[in-house]
Amino acid sequence: MTGVLNRYGWSLGLLAILAGLLIATRIIQPNFGVSGLDSLARAALPFAFCTAGMAIVVIAGGIDLSIASVMAVAGVIAALLMQQMGDASAGLVVLVVLAAGIGMGVINGALIVLTRGPDIVVTLAMLFVWEGVALLILNAPGGAATPWMRELVVGGLTLPGVPAAMTMWVPRAFVVLVALVVIIWLPLRRSKLGLSIYAIGSDQHAAFRSGVAVGRTRIAAYGFAGLFAALGGLSITLSTGIGEPIPGPYLLASVAAVVLGGVALTGGKGGLLGPIIAVFILRTLRLDLTLLSVDPNVTTIIEGTIMVAVVMAGGLLAMRGRH
Amino acid sequence: MTEPSAARPVLDARGVAKRFGAVAALKDASLTIRAGEIVALMGANGAGKSTFVKILTGALRPDSGHIHLDGVDRRFASPAQARRSGIMPVYQEPSLIPDLDVRDNLRLVDVAAEPFRHWVRELGITDLRLDARIAQLPLATLRILDLALTLAKEPNVLMLDEMTAALPADLVERVLTVIRGQADSGRSVIYISHRFAEIARVCNRASVLRDGVTVGDFVIEPGIEEKIVELMLGGVPVRAELAGRRASSATPSQAPRVRVSSLSAGSKLADVSFDLHKGEVLGVVALEGQGQDELFDVLAGFRRAQSGTIDVDGQAASFAHPADAIARGLTLVPGDRKDALLMLRSVRENIALPLLARPAKWGAIAMREEAAKVADAVARLQIDMRAQGEVRRLSGGNQQKVTIGRWVAAGVETLLLFDPTRGIDVRTKHQIYPLLRELAAQGASILFYTSELGEIALACDRAIVIFGGKVVDIIEAEHATEQNLMRAAYGLTEKQRPGARP
Repeated sequence: MTGVLNRYGWSLGLLAILAGLLIATRIIQPNFGVSGLDSLARAALPFAFCTAGMAIVVIAGGIDLSIASVMAVAGVIAALLMQQMGDASAGLVVLVVLAAGIGMGVINGALIVLTRGPDIVVTLAMLFVWEGVALLILNAPGGAATPWMRELVVGGLTLPGVPAAMTMWVPRAFVVLVALVVIIWLPLRRSKLGLSIYAIGSDQHAAFRSGVAVGRTRIAAYGFAGLFAALGGLSITLSTGIGEPIPGPYLLASVAAVVLGGVALTGGKGGLLGPIIAVFILRTLRLDLTLLSVDPNVTTIIEGTIMVAVVMAGGLLAMRGRH
Repeated sequence: MTEPSAARPVLDARGVAKRFGAVAALKDASLTIRAGEIVALMGANGAGKSTFVKILTGALRPDSGHIHLDGVDRRFASPAQARRSGIMPVYQEPSLIPDLDVRDNLRLVDVAAEPFRHWVRELGITDLRLDARIAQLPLATLRILDLALTLAKEPNVLMLDEMTAALPADLVERVLTVIRGQADSGRSVIYISHRFAEIARVCNRASVLRDGVTVGDFVIEPGIEEKIVELMLGGVPVRAELAGRRASSATPSQAPRVRVSSLSAGSKLADVSFDLHKGEVLGVVALEGQGQDELFDVLAGFRRAQSGTIDVDGQAASFAHPADAIARGLTLVPGDRKDALLMLRSVRENIALPLLARPAKWGAIAMREEAAKVADAVARLQIDMRAQGEVRRLSGGNQQKVTIGRWVAAGVETLLLFDPTRGIDVRTKHQIYPLLRELAAQGASILFYTSELGEIALACDRAIVIFGGKVVDIIEAEHATEQNLMRAAYGLTEKQRPGARP
């Protein structure tokens, strides 16, 4: 029991904060309900995916500054291909987009390993490269999203045999997020590769001495980041209906959620659950402040303050735990 | 093959050389080991042992030379490849991942829990939990786990780098028994150590490196130590005269420099009292985890005591921060040199740091004065300045000299030395002991914890023995034989032993 608390304590704390925020939302806006939850989940979806990707590279001891640009490339590829290839091959388009995302991530990782440059420098350079690539593919917002695919992330869940009154409270976007994260992350977390990712982030030299293929593991971590970034880009295209070549505010938002989610920026610690809950906290907080018609400039100040407070509280708790 | 397999070498390295930039770390190193043999690899710090070991285990590639494994010429591209061939090292720094628990660390290197548990028990640790996080375990346990992990993979050639450094005496016994067992079952062990007693007990042969060249290979027999030491040092006298020793009773009237009364901290330090006089080197003897870590932490201002008092020069002291302790003249030289040094900065900056860190000296640094003090410290400690640009490139012994040297330059009053000679070669050790005596003769007082009992008689005036968080005995230098100290450290003090205080 104490083991569970130790391991998931941070995530449980974040869940409590999220629950509090959702209740606050309901108090501020009494008619916040099914459609409100749906738009919240849909808005959070790209943030959640890129945060998952960012969390994996940070756990591996790196950081991917190019993640928002990779999302943009994936989003425009999806919009362009879906417009040109028609509804029937939309599934194929998704595969192409995901492969492109993995490819971009692998290129990022391979450059870091080959040049031996710091992650932060190499991915900063790649931020500009992928941004240019996105604009080359589509120089202005355009393209289209396949309607039946859009249905996957819009609206409430419907399950045969379960009354809609119950399932409509669960946004489809949320189900898609949970399903994909579970499908990708859980097997990875339990695999040798997953352990190696934690190992190189925790102590690269010890990992090398224990026979971990440090370079390959780093490339794989960036590959997974690319995969999640592609899912993020895809989800933007699906929820807005067009491709947007200019990267959105996802880079710093994902770093913020990763930190708030209990992943150490020095690597080796944390998981995906915390950062994803953190994404919902940051989104709900922004929603609440908007509903309260707080000046948007003040909103960012409050967001920053809350992050510092939570991270500081975590640090204090960890210090107390040591004695 | 008509040759018996015992006679054919398992591993045969010849003419191995490696240079790092301008520094030739290895020039001509060789090593031969047969099945069932334990061979000691010896050499002063900086002789190239670490480089040689890294090459043999695939962590570095040699510039030239051959490594034959079972008669086949091999060149390992990575530690993983060397492992697959059966050469498995246990490095001085544990290869365990700090943020993973023990079980995940096992999975990472594909070791099943059962053989691992078996070896952990054999090596004397009975209360290990597989869900313990590595970062929370003490260093001695980590080294044992690292060894157990390696043994579980059934190595043909086991390579142990200073395996018993930082281990308490009871665990050292277990390690020696286990590796002797490995050799008896036909495996080979390369044993890197500075400790002659251990080498004499378990090793068949010793191979000696000096300045990157293998200068000798001996069968271990009684009396061989002197020969090995002579060869290792290349003519440097081993035993420096112990200068300026004076009995603590010579200054009975003076107030002690530091008086510790009924100090307790954490769960281990229960009730420790002692006086440290001016001009005295006071040894501290304890098995692993008897409260000595906490004692030094409290005295250096790293943590607060739960109860008890510290008086410095007759005035009560309370340290909330290391700077408070330093201001009262108490300075710590930690066991782990990485805790003390700025590894990426130069020797000069590292030595000058405590001088500069005095709050009263904000503003411009008196460069000429600094240079003079640093040069003085470098000369007195005979620090090898060839790689002075970055401290991390110095050998371990030289790094330790820098950590002591910075306090010599700062003008030391009370030095707290926590196992300062861990993993350091004989030559450097025998430069450090006279230095301590010299500092004491100039009026410094030194508290000296060591895990090598033989050092007490060499460097100290007397020693306190801590067991179970309490001082159980005080032994004068002339009675500080290893047997006496060991018995006391295990809490087995006999009242009738000569020299024991009533």
